[in-house]
Amino acid sequence: MQEIGAFVIFFASIFTSNILLTNFLGMCSYLSVSREIKTAWGLGIAVVFVMTITSIANYVVYYNILVPLKLEYLEYIAFIIVIAALVQVVEMIIERTSDRLYASLGIFLPLITVNCAVLGAALFLIIRKYDFYQSLAYGAGSGIGWMLAIMALAGIRAKMSRRSKVIPALEGPGIVLIITGIIALGFIGFSGIVQIN
Amino acid sequence: MYLSYLLPPLAIAGLATALAIIILLAERYLMDYGEVELKVNDKLYKVKGGSTVLSTLKQEKIFIPSACGGRATCAYCKVTAVKGFGEVLPTEAPLLTKEDLTKNVRLACQIKVKNNCEIRIPDELFSIREFRARVDSITDLTYDIKHFIFRLLSPPEIEYKPGQYIQFQSQPYGDVSDSVYRAYSMCGLASERNQVELMVRLVPEGICTTYMFKHLKAGNEVIITGPYGDFYLRDSNRRMVCIAGGSGMAPIRAILLAMTPEEIERRRPIFFFGARSRKDLFLVDEWREFEARHPAFKFVPALSGPEPDDDWTGATGRITDVVAQFVPDAKDCEGYLCGSPGMLNACVEILCKLGVDEEQIYYDKFA
Repeated sequence: MQEIGAFVIFFASIFTSNILLTNFLGMCSYLSVSREIKTAWGLGIAVVFVMTITSIANYVVYYNILVPLKLEYLEYIAFIIVIAALVQVVEMIIERTSDRLYASLGIFLPLITVNCAVLGAALFLIIRKYDFYQSLAYGAGSGIGWMLAIMALAGIRAKMSRRSKVIPALEGPGIVLIITGIIALGFIGFSGIVQIN
Repeated sequence: MYLSYLLPPLAIAGLATALAIIILLAERYLMDYGEVELKVNDKLYKVKGGSTVLSTLKQEKIFIPSACGGRATCAYCKVTAVKGFGEVLPTEAPLLTKEDLTKNVRLACQIKVKNNCEIRIPDELFSIREFRARVDSITDLTYDIKHFIFRLLSPPEIEYKPGQYIQFQSQPYGDVSDSVYRAYSMCGLASERNQVELMVRLVPEGICTTYMFKHLKAGNEVIITGPYGDFYLRDSNRRMVCIAGGSGMAPIRAILLAMTPEEIERRRPIFFFGARSRKDLFLVDEWREFEARHPAFKFVPALSGPEPDDDWTGATGRITDVVAQFVPDAKDCEGYLCGSPGMLNACVEILCKLGVDEEQIYYDKFA
């Protein structure tokens, strides 16, 4: 277990060790669902939701099932099944309890099942030997960090679509990757504050 | 010893089973909405909650038009949601116009019946039925258009206005595992209530037409629903200008065949049929006979690109030019059009230019 406070991990996973901007995980939905701020917000909230829940669930599965049975090497398969099943259940709960939330999250939830950032967060918290509260903080923080990154990009793209002339060869993913690089450089500016790894 | 080999698969299987049980329990308790009341116009239905409006209504034998099978792409299944459906879902938003949003129009294939709710649909939809029918005959009209006759089994009769269409359900074949619905206009005599006639053009790579052309045989049973559509003869004294291309002849044929001799005398219909070359023309003899029987009717086939060996002496050129040539003044006319969107838009434009009121141009656009 590392001797870092849960709050520090929470803060660091949003800014200095942003899962998208430092590890470049979850890129496919980041590139494709960042045209409008509204849909980016919907997907971002869904990622926060799912990442928090699956981080805790995977922590429990790893330390209470896989470790006692000495089956740590099965973590990839186990985590993927847990994520897929949990997203289904979460979708049903949301559909039942809140029409409003379902209207904005509904179609994004199945999309997140295959978001590699969700699996990445679960694997990182095992590699870094976080305890339960640290894992919770890391999961939630990574989700918020991912949302922050896609919202920033969606804002820039929305403005660019009205004002900027992009050279044809760079339209779409090309310019988006360049912008992402610049945002990532900007986030490095936070790294003096706190560092986890 | 063996345990170390068995343990990993058992652990994963156990985990998967546990999660599957959680999902099943969630489905059992969370997705069970019990019996709810669905009010359609003024009729009250007691239905099982949890499904989409489209499939719930289908179970109650109310058929809403739908071509995409509930995937939110065709936007045919629009209904007015009066109460009980919450906010517009992201899947429907792209298909709803501003007017739809203000009138609470939603896609029946996306909104779900979860509690007591109310919708409004056009009254005609109540008369739509699902028919079991048997293929009576399939004949070639051209190299890519076939004439299908279906004998109705149950219910044994269909009542429709000439010009309306039905939806045909294809069955899975080859690599196609889905069954899809596609709309085709009826082309036969509406008075022959025990059968449905269609003219279908083979769409390259089309799921449904490939099924109808390659897999459907005389004697097979099929499912059709109908009648749908608001393309039919309007009652007036105006002259009729009918324009069709390809299998668009179907609804025009149904309309013209159903007219009484007095009506034809009064409305003096002229039917322009556009085709590329002679091999795309069909039923010309039938129309010439019709012309001989009804002197007030005129049939004008027009070829846009006749082949040198077609030996064509009739009208040539674009259908819009031919129409302008034959009906220079169309102020007292009404338009009935059926064909591809491109052709229709051009024809609506030329008819307006020739003096037809746009309100009096009725058309059936191929989607």
